[in-house]
Formats: sequence, structure tokens, C-alpha cells
Amino acid sequence: MRASIFAAALIAVVSQATPSLATDYGIGKPATPAEIAGWNIDIAPNGAGLPPGHGSVSDGARVYADKCAGCHGADGLGKPMPALAGGAGTMGSAKPDKTVGSFWPYATTLYDYIHRAMPFNAPQTLAPDEVYAVSAYVLYLNHLVPENAVLDATSLPAVAMPERGKFVSGYVPDRPGEH
Amino acid sequence: MTASRRTPSTASRRAFVAGALTLATAAGLEAQAAIADDIADAPPVTPPWQKEQGAPVMSPPYGQPSKFESAVVRRENSTGSPYPTREAAVSLTPLQALHGIITPNGLHYERHHAGVPSIDPAAHRLLIHGLVDRQMIFTMDDLMHFPATSRIHFLECSGNTQNWGKPKPEHTVQDTHGLLSCCEWTGVPLKTVLGELGVKPDAKWMLAEGADAAAMTRSIPIEKVLDDALLAYAQNGERLRPEQGYPLRLFLPGFEGNMSVKWLRRLKFGTEPWQTREETSKYSWVMPDGSVRQFNFVMEAKSVITSPSGGQKLGASGFREISGVAWSGRGKITRVEVSTDGGSTWADAELQGPVLPKCLTRFRLPWRWHGQSAKLASRSTDETGVVQPSHDALLQQRDARSYYHYNAIQTWAVSAEGAVSNAG
Ligand code: HEC
Repeated sequence: MRASIFAAALIAVVSQATPSLATDYGIGKPATPAEIAGWNIDIAPNGAGLPPGHGSVSDGARVYADKCAGCHGADGLGKPMPALAGGAGTMGSAKPDKTVGSFWPYATTLYDYIHRAMPFNAPQTLAPDEVYAVSAYVLYLNHLVPENAVLDATSLPAVAMPERGKFVSGYVPDRPGEH
Repeated sequence: MTASRRTPSTASRRAFVAGALTLATAAGLEAQAAIADDIADAPPVTPPWQKEQGAPVMSPPYGQPSKFESAVVRRENSTGSPYPTREAAVSLTPLQALHGIITPNGLHYERHHAGVPSIDPAAHRLLIHGLVDRQMIFTMDDLMHFPATSRIHFLECSGNTQNWGKPKPEHTVQDTHGLLSCCEWTGVPLKTVLGELGVKPDAKWMLAEGADAAAMTRSIPIEKVLDDALLAYAQNGERLRPEQGYPLRLFLPGFEGNMSVKWLRRLKFGTEPWQTREETSKYSWVMPDGSVRQFNFVMEAKSVITSPSGGQKLGASGFREISGVAWSGRGKITRVEVSTDGGSTWADAELQGPVLPKCLTRFRLPWRWHGQSAKLASRSTDETGVVQPSHDALLQQRDARSYYHYNAIQTWAVSAEGAVSNAG
């Protein structure tokens, strides 16, 4: 009985590759809302996933001086670590300077990345207000928001990134099994 | 007769092999005799290791290579690392010292963005959520209870081979192509696990996230997820090495290495890509027209001669086998041609089986080095008809600003003295 259920499941898995296809191994357990909430840290380009909270450029300057400047330079121009600012208009040159201001197409990526990976020596330690603030400061260093800007879940995804229009997808879906 | 005449038939190539081997044996014997005089323990002496017992079993419990192979190790770039830290950096596979198609686990290249975490498998979890019917969480034991499969595939870092500009002559194949490895990966096909959850029809992309300090994330198209994506927990017969994502990694055959997220902790289904840092700031191509191409996933047809290769010395003239590896992220390799004159003429190399899809294929061609300068190059073709481009042909489509996915023909220059250097 048990064996035949498994055999049926296996045949189903092998013969079809559609997402709706169910198997019945009975392995794993439902994820609890708390488990999901703790790990669900990604921020989508439309702002989905951004937490409540806000941060100003001036608060961000303090966070930056404290937790980022040692690696990224007082002005964000890098040394020893990657530059976070500068390079505006170098995209057409032979050696483009790829910074948040001169390259990055979405401001939401900045929040997402800083929260998950920075500061390099203590990732996932910044509170939402600190991430909003230091994101605002980095955008300010790139002349993308004014000095009095305050960013939150609504205003951050709305920040216009200068090179966005240049980004195109190179992905052409292959049909599974076809090469 | 040289190997580089117009593509010979298999029959004439075999004839060449036979002739060359006879010559090689004669030359080889002379060379050996000359060397034997200088080495104390060579014949006619009975060497000391025959006059005493060797080391006992379990010396050590986990076997190590011979001490005489201590130079066969991963290295950082020989002309200096471009990375500011050694946690967000690379180490390179010594392709010049490998045989066949399998990369030993301790020699698999590394590319980390926040170092190698030390993860307790008992505490590791895989969360799958978003656009699925049932959001679920799996332990390592759970994942290992599913029906498993093993497949041999290459993994290549998207930034492998920086020969866009003027080649660095001193670069070895470890420098130029060492972000390439090939292992047998064992795990559960992702679509098997997804059968337990039910992916909703509007799910078009999947976010994969690592449990390292970079919480590495990439967006993966649903077509790949449902094709051959693997949740891998073993590598060449043993559990994954920490550098390769222990206890669990995603493995996406044929796609750029970064997408096979290591230390995998979370998969989330959605309708659009997430535009993570690693698919915007990095791993995107600045094109000649100024546009930026994202989501360039497949590693295209490529090959490289590993012997002879950069930094090696050919020694006395005589028989040499030209050998290397070819691969394509689209499927099987169907042909590898080798040139000894910098691409003027080409001969078909022998493809050593098994020839597997999205896997390294070892190729071999007999060659007699006459003590003259030569330019050795290889060119692969895959089963979809893609032919590895020349440097110039690649540069007509893209330029150095695209940085990633350099797959042009690699040429090694051999000097009349037998020194081999990188000619780009
Ligand atoms: C200990 C040094 C260090 C500190 C402190 C640090 N960073 Fe970084 N940062 C790095 C390194 C190294 C990288 C590159 C990582 C990689 O390539 O994977 C990086 C990358 C970045 C990037 C991506 C740059 C790009 O162009 O892709 C951003 C944005 C960033 N850091 C922001 C911050 C912020 C904001 C802080 C302070 C909260 C901070 N960093 C603190 C070392 C540091």
C-alpha cells in the first residue's frame, strides 16, 4: 500500500514538470508565521517587504560615520572598500565607475543589501530606522535625494535612479528539456 | 605529419597517434636514462621505501594527497587579488594539475562574498514560501529522506577568464580559467520537493537565499527551477565541503556559479525578479550601446588546453599529448578542435567519454613538438550548434565593460625554448 503510493508519486514526479503537480512524501512541516517573519528579509523593487520606520539624511550621516566610513571612506568614495558614490556620467566611458548613483537601477536594492550584508563586520544588526537613514545618506552622497530627505516604505521605492532605463533583461525562457 | 593540418579524418588521426607513439617511446627512454644518473634512489639502486614498512592504515583517517603533490593547491590570482578583503574574494582551481573531468573536493574553486560560515546541520533549515499552496520548512534530515539523484556538472564563476584586454603572459591556466570546477553533485531535485508544496501558477521567479553573512540572494526563473535545479547536499560522494555550501546548496547546472546559492536557507516564489545587488550592481553586462544586460544566466560553449599550458616548460622536443577540457551550459560538447598554429588550421581532438550535458568533457590530441614556437588553441562546439568564438568575434558583440561570461578561444604561446605563456 505504502509502496504503491510512493511508486505513484515517483511516476508523477518523473513524467511531469508542472508546478501544480502534487507529491505525497509527507516530508517537512508547515512553516509557522514567526519562522517566516524572522527570515523574510527581501525587499522587492515595488517596496514589498519594507518594514515600518523611517530615517533622515542627517541621522544617516551619523550611522555612516559610525559604522561605514571606516571601510567606504568619509565621503563614500571608497578605499579600501567599494565606492558608494561618485562616478556620475561615467557609464559611457571605457571604464565605468559603477556606484549606487552611477549604476544601481533600484533604490530598494540599497535597503535590501545594506540590511542583509552591511556593515560587513556585523550584518543584520541595523534597525529599520538605521537602514532607512543610512540609505538616505548614501543616496544623498550621490545627489539623488535632497539634504532634508526622510525615507520610509513609500518614499524609498519612489527615488528616481538615473540609469534605470538602461537596464534590460537578457533572459529568454528555455522550455524545460529543450536546449 | 603535424596535427594541425586541415581537420583529418579519425582514421588518419589514428595513424598519426600510432606513429607518434613509436617515436615518443624511443625519445622517452633516452630522456629517462639521462635523468636516472642524477637521482640517488633510481635504478639500479633498491630504494629505502622497499627496505622498511610503510605507514600503517589510517595515516591519517581522512586520506591526503602525497607530500610530493603539495604544490597542487588552490591559489589566489598570481598577479594580485583585485578584492579588498579575503572574505569577499576567490581562490582558483589548479586545472593544470588535474586529470580527467572531476575536481577533487579540496580543489574546487571558491567564490565567497562574506567568508565561509560554519553551520551546524542540526540547526540548518530550508524555508520555502511565497506563492506556494503550503509554506513549509525542512530540516537536513527531511531533505535527505526524499528520493535523491547524482549528476556530474561543471560550475563556472561568471567572472572566469579575464582575457578581455592585453593578456598577462605570466598567467597560468589556474589564473585564466581556475574559476571552473566539475563534481558529482548529489541531492534531491528541487521539483520533487516542490511537489509537496504546490507552486502557484503565477509564480514566475524564485528567490534563493544563503545562510552566510552576505545572505546571498539571486532571482531564478521558474523554467530553470522546474527543469534541472538540484538541492545538493553531497559532492563527489561525501557531504558538501563548507566552502561549497555545507550543509545545503542550490545547484543550477549550466548557469553562472553565483546563482547556485550556497548554504541555502530560503526559497521564495514571486512574480518578478527581486533586483538584488548580485543581479544589478554585479553580474550585469554593460553593452557597447550603453545598455546594461541583466539575467545572463547560461555559461556558453568554452574550452581550454590544460596541458601544455601557461607557465609550463616543454623540456626536450618530442611527443606531447595536448589535453584540455570543454564545456557548455547548454548541453553536451559535440566537437573540440585544436590548433597548433594560432588558429590557421584545426584538427579534431578525441572526446573522452563519458560526454555528459553541462559537464566538463576531456579532450586529447597527440602532438609532436619539434622544438619550434607554436600557438596552441582549442575551440569547442556544443549540441545546440554554438561554437566557441574567437577573441575578436566576442569583442564584436561585447567589450571589456561587460566583464562577465568571457568564453573566447584561449591561446597558449610556446617559445622555441619550450616556455608556455598566456597569449590571450
Ligand atoms: C569592514 C568593512 C566594511 C564596513 C564597516 C562596511 N562595508 Fe560595505 N562593503 C564592504 C565590502 C568588502 C563590500 C563588497 C562585498 C562584496 O563584494 O561582496 C561592501 C559593499 C557595500 C555595498 C555595495 C557596493 C556595490 O557597488 O555593489 C554597499 C551599498 C555598502 N557596502 C554599504 C555599506 C554601509 C551602508 C555600511 C555601514 C552601515 C557599510 N557598507 C559598512 C566592506 C564594509
